[in-house]
Amino acid sequence: MAEFGHFSLTLAGVMALATAILGFSRSDDEHWAAHIGSLALGTFVFASISFAALVWSFIQDDFSIAYVANHSNSLLPWYYKISATWGGHEGSFVLWILFLCAWTLLVVFRRQNYPVQIYTRVIATLAILNVGFISFSLFTSDPFERLIPMTPADGADLNPLLQDFGLIVHPPMLYAGYVGLAVPFAFAIAALLENRVDALWARWVRPWVNGCWACLTVGITLGSWWAYYELGWGGWWFWDPSENASFMPWLAATALLHSVAVTEKRGTFKSWTLLLAIAGFSLSLLGGFIIRSGVLTSVHAFAVDPERGLYILIFLGVVVGGSLLLYAQRAGAYSSQVSYSFLSREFFMMINNAVLMLSLAVVMWGTLSPMGYEALTDGKISLGPPFFNRFFVPLMLVLGIAITLVPVLNWKRTRNDRVLSFLRREGVVALVVSGFVAFLVQPDLFAVVVGILVAVWIIVTHAFDLFMRVRKSGAQPLAYLGMTIAHMGFACSILGVAITSTQSVEKDVRMAPQEQTTLGEMTIHFNGVTQVQGPNYVAQQGIFVVRDGDNTFELRPEKRRYLAGGAIMTEAGINPGLLADTYISLGEPLQDGAWAVRMHHKPMVRWVWLGALLMAFGGLLAIFDVRYRRLRARANTTSSDAPISEPVGA
Amino acid sequence: MNKASFYIPLAVFALIIVSFVLGFGLGNRSELPSALIDKPFPEFSAPDLFRPDQVLSREQIVGRPALVNVWATWCPTCAAEHEMLIKITERADVRLIGINYKDDPDKAIAWLGQFGNPYDLVLVDDQGLLGVELGVYGAPETFLLDPSGAIVYKRVGDVNERIWQQEIKPRLIAMSPDVVHGIDAASR
Repeated sequence: MAEFGHFSLTLAGVMALATAILGFSRSDDEHWAAHIGSLALGTFVFASISFAALVWSFIQDDFSIAYVANHSNSLLPWYYKISATWGGHEGSFVLWILFLCAWTLLVVFRRQNYPVQIYTRVIATLAILNVGFISFSLFTSDPFERLIPMTPADGADLNPLLQDFGLIVHPPMLYAGYVGLAVPFAFAIAALLENRVDALWARWVRPWVNGCWACLTVGITLGSWWAYYELGWGGWWFWDPSENASFMPWLAATALLHSVAVTEKRGTFKSWTLLLAIAGFSLSLLGGFIIRSGVLTSVHAFAVDPERGLYILIFLGVVVGGSLLLYAQRAGAYSSQVSYSFLSREFFMMINNAVLMLSLAVVMWGTLSPMGYEALTDGKISLGPPFFNRFFVPLMLVLGIAITLVPVLNWKRTRNDRVLSFLRREGVVALVVSGFVAFLVQPDLFAVVVGILVAVWIIVTHAFDLFMRVRKSGAQPLAYLGMTIAHMGFACSILGVAITSTQSVEKDVRMAPQEQTTLGEMTIHFNGVTQVQGPNYVAQQGIFVVRDGDNTFELRPEKRRYLAGGAIMTEAGINPGLLADTYISLGEPLQDGAWAVRMHHKPMVRWVWLGALLMAFGGLLAIFDVRYRRLRARANTTSSDAPISEPVGA
Repeated sequence: MNKASFYIPLAVFALIIVSFVLGFGLGNRSELPSALIDKPFPEFSAPDLFRPDQVLSREQIVGRPALVNVWATWCPTCAAEHEMLIKITERADVRLIGINYKDDPDKAIAWLGQFGNPYDLVLVDDQGLLGVELGVYGAPETFLLDPSGAIVYKRVGDVNERIWQQEIKPRLIAMSPDVVHGIDAASR
């Protein structure tokens, strides 16, 4: 089976190479374009077979395969055996390849929407990337390598941290987003090669940007949620390199999402949009490929396997360096002069992009500078959350304030009196509502008050605008609905972050059985610890009865010991709620049956993720807007710089 | 806009790649900063590997400069490091405490019988709980304690000749000059 999978992956690589060669050499030929589509389909089929073979080896406990032996165990439940397929770097790479093939196939399905020169070059660019990934997988990190004749009797087990529902769904979503950024990247390359960047081009790219951005958003959200309940620290974002690795492409993609909208509507921001498309994918390579995939978890791994590191650096140099060189030579032609006033969507889109780029620079500096510092001075520094928070709080508030005005702003310019009346009407409502919220929350920090005000203001202006439009002209375009939902989602996240990070109560106490303690207004009674047997672990399960007013509930946090590796894991007991979570985790056992217990009361923490999910949903909704479906008829019209008129903007 | 300004992204990228190459090329990333530096070695109670009914605690390992080495039989780097640890006990008058980490005590005893036992004391941490206290990333790791029991230095990864010469020996000499003897003392 393994050899079969290996062979399929090789075949997929050969087909991708053929696609790339044909795509670049026969780019103007309708006849060949059809064959290029078939080849992309073939690549997808063989990559799927290869992935299925790997999954099958896991289900069958084929420990003669080194990768399976290192990442699985016969005691694992079947669903973790499947998710163990992407539990290590070799397997997650095959998943990465499969997703690239799938995105390519989606482009093939929409072939009729694009002129043949663009279509073939997009597919060819995606295929050449795929060749790079597949050869990396085959030559330096082959997941199908056998351990013969030293086949172990049982596997080393999947890291218990990864034995969790969150980790079944989180990496695939994240990878889908990471790899999806290759599609706008390929469109940018095709546009540069073809010398065609115009409003129509922007309209072709937009659904793809939305799609991969939504996947990335959901992926990051799942990761944050997982860290919250699995690590037992009660935090939901730690600014660690692997989180930043996904956050950097997300920031670039968010900027791209907005910049490409300006390119479509106003035919400007062109070279900037191109650069963002290239930067988005480059950052996903940098982050996903290097940090996230676990290739370089440590320098030990690098030293043991220098060829992997070298391959990655060369690949990165060729792909990113090459595309930036192409950009440097061609993009100069697209600088355009379009005038717009301060009170215009263009200007606010510029604010949006500037803030997001600053944020990106902060994250990048915080992630990479410790490395650079080390290279230069041989010392170690670590920039912790205070560094990131100092910049992110004001940056996100500025972004939020910019969003509040979105419903009133027109393209080009907006009349001052309209903005003023808007400020008076919605502003007052927002002030009253946020004053009420602030009264309920009683924050100590001024930044939190501003955060609440901004969030409420965004929700009020967008809800009001939606209401007015629906009342005036009934059903609204999906693109507009998507934008409104996404902006409200952003507001929900701001609200959640502002409140949960300042109003949470945390307590570390020593508790003996039958003891009682209080947390905020709750009383918590510790009933003691029982032994629980899981499928592949034994756990000490603490039983806590929490009384909050009339409401009583039980929390059962666990300390698990996994049988295969002996690893100890903390499983927090959480009572989730829309307004607040109660969170208890077991620390160390102390003398006489007492335990160190950590308890949190976290108000509004769910809003952080809820908001992010709303953003992703908004992005997805916009893809199905009717105007992307009308592309078919226009695909082969000549290049045009004229903005495409639409009744309502988004 | 100036044509040349379109080359800026390329230049930024080149800079990042160069710092990557330099950063990884140095290969010294195993000296991670530890929150425990200058903090007292934590209180613990753990059985002695050779006398499982004897429970050891912090008092038994403090009082003199000590190297606390986290090791296991399942760890190939520990085997490679072992020879260096034996050399250190010959070169310096420092107490070497082993923490047998997430391991099988019988295997550990057999292993020490086979390769020699440089340790003055070996604690058993089969559950890895003491490891959690110490913030252990994996085996091997080594902590240098001063006579008061404070952690002066932490090494993640193997102790080799370079680490001994550049990191551990100078710190030991700073604690008390006559700890190190023989060739090593002459070379200081």
